[in-house]
Amino acid sequence: MDTLLIHILNSLLYASVLFLIAGGLSLIYGVMRIVNMAHGNLYAFGAYTSAWAVGRVLGNAPSASPALYALLPVGAVAAAGLGALLEPTLLRPLYKRAEEYQLLITFGLLLILEDLMRLIWGPYPLSVSALYEGLGSLSIGESIYPTYNLVVIVVGGAAAAGLWAFVYRTQFGVVLRATSQNMRMASALGVNVNRVYVEAFTLGCFMAGLGGAIVVPQQGAVLGMGPDALILAFVVVVIGGLGSLEGALIGALMVGVVREFGITFFPEIELAVLYLMAAIVLLIRPAGLLGRA
Amino acid sequence: MNPFPVPPRRVTIIALLALLALLLAPFAVPPYQTVLLSYGLVFAIAALGFNLLLGYTGLLSFGHSAYFGVGAYAVAFIVKYLGIESMEVFILGGVLASAVVAALFGFLCVRYTRIFFGILTLALSQVLWSLTYKFFWYTGGSDGLRVPTPHLVAGAVRMARGAAEDKLGFLSHRYYYYVLVLFVLCVAVMWVIVHSPFGKALQAIRDNETRAEFVGVQVWRYRWVAFLISGAFTGLAGALWVPLNGLTTPDIMHWTFSGEIVFFTVLGGFQTFFGPVIGAIVFNYLKTFAVGYTVYWQMFLGVVLVVLVLVLPSGIVGTANRLALRLRRAPAT
Repeated sequence: MDTLLIHILNSLLYASVLFLIAGGLSLIYGVMRIVNMAHGNLYAFGAYTSAWAVGRVLGNAPSASPALYALLPVGAVAAAGLGALLEPTLLRPLYKRAEEYQLLITFGLLLILEDLMRLIWGPYPLSVSALYEGLGSLSIGESIYPTYNLVVIVVGGAAAAGLWAFVYRTQFGVVLRATSQNMRMASALGVNVNRVYVEAFTLGCFMAGLGGAIVVPQQGAVLGMGPDALILAFVVVVIGGLGSLEGALIGALMVGVVREFGITFFPEIELAVLYLMAAIVLLIRPAGLLGRA
Repeated sequence: MNPFPVPPRRVTIIALLALLALLLAPFAVPPYQTVLLSYGLVFAIAALGFNLLLGYTGLLSFGHSAYFGVGAYAVAFIVKYLGIESMEVFILGGVLASAVVAALFGFLCVRYTRIFFGILTLALSQVLWSLTYKFFWYTGGSDGLRVPTPHLVAGAVRMARGAAEDKLGFLSHRYYYYVLVLFVLCVAVMWVIVHSPFGKALQAIRDNETRAEFVGVQVWRYRWVAFLISGAFTGLAGALWVPLNGLTTPDIMHWTFSGEIVFFTVLGGFQTFFGPVIGAIVFNYLKTFAVGYTVYWQMFLGVVLVVLVLVLPSGIVGTANRLALRLRRAPAT
């Protein structure tokens, strides 16, 4: 029973981070119809920035003070800032062009960001495991479980709830959904589409950065984490439906569960099963479980 | 209808000059450069296949590394389990295996277009990647599988054993010509394909799917066959690539390699027949130069790609064509 509970917690942990990444990817696609291949790198950028900021303050101090946890969201802000910079400069000139070019430019961006992080933070992983260990662990039955993992789950859940409230309960959310449904009509009704695009892209990047920031105490920041996360986020949004936030949530939960149990019971084909899941969903429901065609 | 439509005279002259240069290359440049050129020609074959989908059918695949990888791994398995070291068997095995996989994947993928097609091809290629990565007792995992230098033309051309000839000498001379012959064959075959009624139908599908359907083109079937041919060409490139590299690793199955295939096709210009060929060769030089020059080669390539998309979307050949046209139209003063 305890083992099952731990498996479920691990699934949720995994799903929380995935939702943050895939939710941002889906939001950006939903509003702007762009598949951002550099999205995983914004997640990695968030992780690196947080690790760097905490590391600078932590120095060589042996234990983590609570204030340091407040420093983690720096990564999310940095990723959002980067997003706000990239959209008007690189993506905006391409909206009128074929979508192949949009994919390609974000692929180019992926390559650039990957090396930019190597340039800034060097080839070695950054870790802030002090924050992970600082919270100690809980005992669940006869097993122990790291408390920090629960924090990640809570943050992931809060992010999902916050995003839902933001999109469905605010004025900005209305504008966002209107632009997503019909960009021309929204524009004709006086919506500043350019501004909505920047904001949506920034919000998406913020979520990816937040995902990186909360994952970094547990996993550290390494090169290559971005493209890996991107592919899993693709799986999530394909299952849930490109452009649908609810879909991203369901997709993230499904991928989280399959991955956790896959690692335990069928480690050799765990990744293959995930990609096959995506392929099968795409074949049966091309727009994803909750997507609109 | 002429089965081999003759290209415009200007293109014929340039192509013949290029072929002459390629034939003389091993005598003019050091062996290392010839090997590098072999890599370029191999990638050019993959690009030719890829462009049948992107340029002529209008489908952007982000999973072509799968067919390249299947070609390469088929060769490695032939060596590992059958102990055969004949290049012709390699090619047969590689092309067959990649055609089978492409037929299967294509059957699933061609029902979709645009972004869904791209993501589906990517997901399926990643399935293969993760399998080659995880089933290390068959595939060697991330270490990959070694492939020895094969003998060519049914054993008539071999690498001399012992100190008489080194591997570089063999690869830069005989193997180079072997690749060159296949490359020229591939160009010719692809030229015939894209100018055949079948090729015209593909272009009709690309330009307007609905109209093509009304004219009586079975869109689904044509896309599927194009996918299959495209995969087989890419698989041939994979099979030719392995002896050059001497090793096949899961990296060539990874989706980032698919990204490179897209990259060099766009670099050359996917709206032209020869664009992808030029793009592949230039990209290979660019990448080799960048990797040797700086650890930040990805950034260099990324910047090239971004500039390309923003400033020169028609690629090298497309831009050259436009410049040539402008020069000819310019009033003679």
